[in-house]
Amino acid sequence: MEKKKCRPVPVIICAVFIALFLILPLVFVITEAFSDGLAGWWANITERYTVKALKLSLLSMVAAVVINTVFGLFAAWALTRYYYRGQRILNTLIDIPLSVSPVIAGLIFILTFGRSSPLYPLLQQLHISVIYAVPGIIIATVFVTLPYVSREIIPVLNAIGTAEEEAAALMGAGGWKIFRKITLPHIKWSLLYGIVLCTARSLGEFGAVSVISGHLRGRTNTLPLHIEILYNEFQYSPAFAVSSLLVILAIILLVIRSVVEHRGGKNEQV
Amino acid sequence: MKKIRKYIILSLCVLITAASLCGCGSRSDGNTVSMINVSYDPTREFYEEYNALFSDYWQQQTGKSVEVLMSHGGSGTQALSVANGLPADVVTLALEADVNSIMNEGIIEPGWVEQFEGDSSPYTSTIVFMVRAGNEKNISDWGDLAGEVGVITPNPKTSGAARWIFLAAWAWAENQYGADNEDAIVDFVGKIYRNVLVLDTGARGSTTTFCENGQGDVLLAWENEAFLILEQYPGEFEIVNPSISTLCQPSVAVVDEVVDRNRSRDLAEAYLEYLYCDEAQRMIGRYNYRPSNPEILQEFSNVFDLEMELVTIDHFGGWVAAQEKYFSDGGVFDRIYDFQR
Amino acid sequence: MDKTLLKRKRIIPGFGLSMGVTIAMLSIIVLIPLISIFWKMAELSIGEFFAVIFHRRTLAAFGVSILCSALAALVNLVMGVLLAWVLVRYEFPLKRVMDGLIELPFALPTAIAGIALTSLTVNTGWVGSVFAKLGIDIAYTKFGIIIAMVFVGIPFVVRTVQPVLEKLDGSYEEAAAMLGAGRRTTFLRVVLPEIRPAALTGFGLAFARGLGEYGSVVFIAGNQPYKTEIASLLIMNQLQEYDYAEAAAIALVMLIIAFVVLFVMNVIQSRAARRAS
Repeated sequence: MEKKKCRPVPVIICAVFIALFLILPLVFVITEAFSDGLAGWWANITERYTVKALKLSLLSMVAAVVINTVFGLFAAWALTRYYYRGQRILNTLIDIPLSVSPVIAGLIFILTFGRSSPLYPLLQQLHISVIYAVPGIIIATVFVTLPYVSREIIPVLNAIGTAEEEAAALMGAGGWKIFRKITLPHIKWSLLYGIVLCTARSLGEFGAVSVISGHLRGRTNTLPLHIEILYNEFQYSPAFAVSSLLVILAIILLVIRSVVEHRGGKNEQV
Repeated sequence: MKKIRKYIILSLCVLITAASLCGCGSRSDGNTVSMINVSYDPTREFYEEYNALFSDYWQQQTGKSVEVLMSHGGSGTQALSVANGLPADVVTLALEADVNSIMNEGIIEPGWVEQFEGDSSPYTSTIVFMVRAGNEKNISDWGDLAGEVGVITPNPKTSGAARWIFLAAWAWAENQYGADNEDAIVDFVGKIYRNVLVLDTGARGSTTTFCENGQGDVLLAWENEAFLILEQYPGEFEIVNPSISTLCQPSVAVVDEVVDRNRSRDLAEAYLEYLYCDEAQRMIGRYNYRPSNPEILQEFSNVFDLEMELVTIDHFGGWVAAQEKYFSDGGVFDRIYDFQR
Repeated sequence: MDKTLLKRKRIIPGFGLSMGVTIAMLSIIVLIPLISIFWKMAELSIGEFFAVIFHRRTLAAFGVSILCSALAALVNLVMGVLLAWVLVRYEFPLKRVMDGLIELPFALPTAIAGIALTSLTVNTGWVGSVFAKLGIDIAYTKFGIIIAMVFVGIPFVVRTVQPVLEKLDGSYEEAAAMLGAGRRTTFLRVVLPEIRPAALTGFGLAFARGLGEYGSVVFIAGNQPYKTEIASLLIMNQLQEYDYAEAAAIALVMLIIAFVVLFVMNVIQSRAARRAS
């Protein structure tokens, strides 16, 4: 399809909107981050607690991405390859974390695993700490990023239909083989896209993790929480320096995303 | 057959998830013991230095070094976390009421107030005004806050400091209009809260709003916080000491349930006891808290306005009664905001 | 749908496994925790529940949350359709960059967004000082809340409308133009009906996201009861007063609103899918 030549007015409106809402905050964070100069910035982000927070953030990110990729694949498969009662409700349930306030997300886990929960004595006996410990942070992160992978795959799976897979199944191929040889090549790019979104979202989660973390410095503080603490300690330039770390990670992810989409688009056309 | 497989898979998933949750490691390894101190916002800087001091002391006493994990946040939120199972060995919170609410959950045993000297408050503070340099609006006492000024203070529902602030305003009004004239007092305090521009959730949030974002003419703040602002923003702000304020007694307590589980009672008690030694008391003074030791407090008489009339919580019938009357759902504070509509 | 079709559709293996994993994960991560809200709520009698929900301050907070997120979603609907249109139909320099930036609100931690937006829009900030001269305050007003919600909601409309526009090739529009329809008529009669379900879905998602937003809004909202206090903040307040049951009650109402919005969207979308096939 031939693209039309540029019509300036809508493009300018969009450019201004993007500049005001998306670029300006970025520029602001970066300017503040480097207000102490490059050396200051480096010193800020290599500070002991920052590194620990970064490690925790990366750990919970990896855990959330792995869990949600596995879940997303199975859920998308279950939702598009079969028909059964209650499918639509299941579909909506998966989307729920998207619209649940992060505060509520934190609250529900406190109610489920906290001291007032009926589960608490059992957890105590088994010496398992969930909330105010790393597992709780991972669970909260998994919760907020739950739909991202499946939401990206479901439309693609719906679009390609089930004919090829049915044919393969009738010819006697096993489930894993069908998935690997037929389904995966189709959904490769949208899967990758979903993973990138999931990664980005899990790195930045604040509300839910903040409720559930207990803010133990060096143990349960993730990067966003650490930033809030620095900000509250009047350490504005360290706070923005650490923020810029996340901004840079976000930009890298967006570049990857853009490449993925570009490659994926080309792939579809072939 | 299929059904059975489904259940096996289901239970496997549950098991795997459960297994992945077992993330809690041991708390002491070799020569380092660790403990958790759950505190409120403005004490970050103080406890960072105190922890090093205490660690040296404990090393001399027992040969083991101590790693103190700190958690800071709004006093109420922090109490809530401990009540929900945050494994704090000690709490050092802004309000007796917050420690009491942990006690009500059965985690801290009753009678904790008597465990350490001075109602278990190793340091005290008070509420002062912070104005922009030059004090253009000429603010000198509580009465001026009801006029044409923009006030910044946190929300008493979520912040410990804010409750002391509310009570300090109340105490001034009682003095002014007479203690039985409650309508006039409510009216006056209501006028102050009508002048509030931003009602942040915590004391630090208010400080940021006032100093960094330039909102309002006067910030109602902890005295120690006010001194910290003077250091952070030299020449930009001034402290105004009102004629009446509250004697804020932050509370420290050992969390019985946790120390019994971790067998760390000795360490936790020593940690809080050591706050009363002369060296720690002087450090408290250097961080602009008022030391509870009267002799050491005198050493700082050039810093603190020791002439200010300070009302204690007993004046309001203790925390339980004050909480119920002023800050509970439908209490005086809620009524003040309801009247505004 | 008749039984034979149901049976036929299960030719593909793996039903038990995929359903098992899906339902197990949903139970652990979503369902059991959600049930705990009801569990907690059972501590309230029905009368108390309604007393909490219909307390003037709660209603006011819901009002602020719903009003602001609706307005923000509306802004996002208009700007999102326009952005999707521009990104799909026009070629211009830096288009890839603009396209890539759309997801920024997903990737940027909401707290950073909140701090940055607040610092920009206070009346001494880069943007705020311009508006302050016009006598408009942004930060600490409803205006500020809307801005934060617009920020977090941008990707939703763009990313749901974009694929539909891409599939909609130019032939209908060309045909309409040849038949003498003006640009406006073409858009209203040809393009709009096609993208409407997607745009509505995006609107719903942006609305639901704004409704639940906490991290960025608390920084920019003045948090004053009756004026700029949002429902999520009220839940935080209740939590700090140990009113779990009341917090759970407010949370439940917000969950129901979100669930209804999402369910309606799914219905709209599957209707559209059915019509298309």
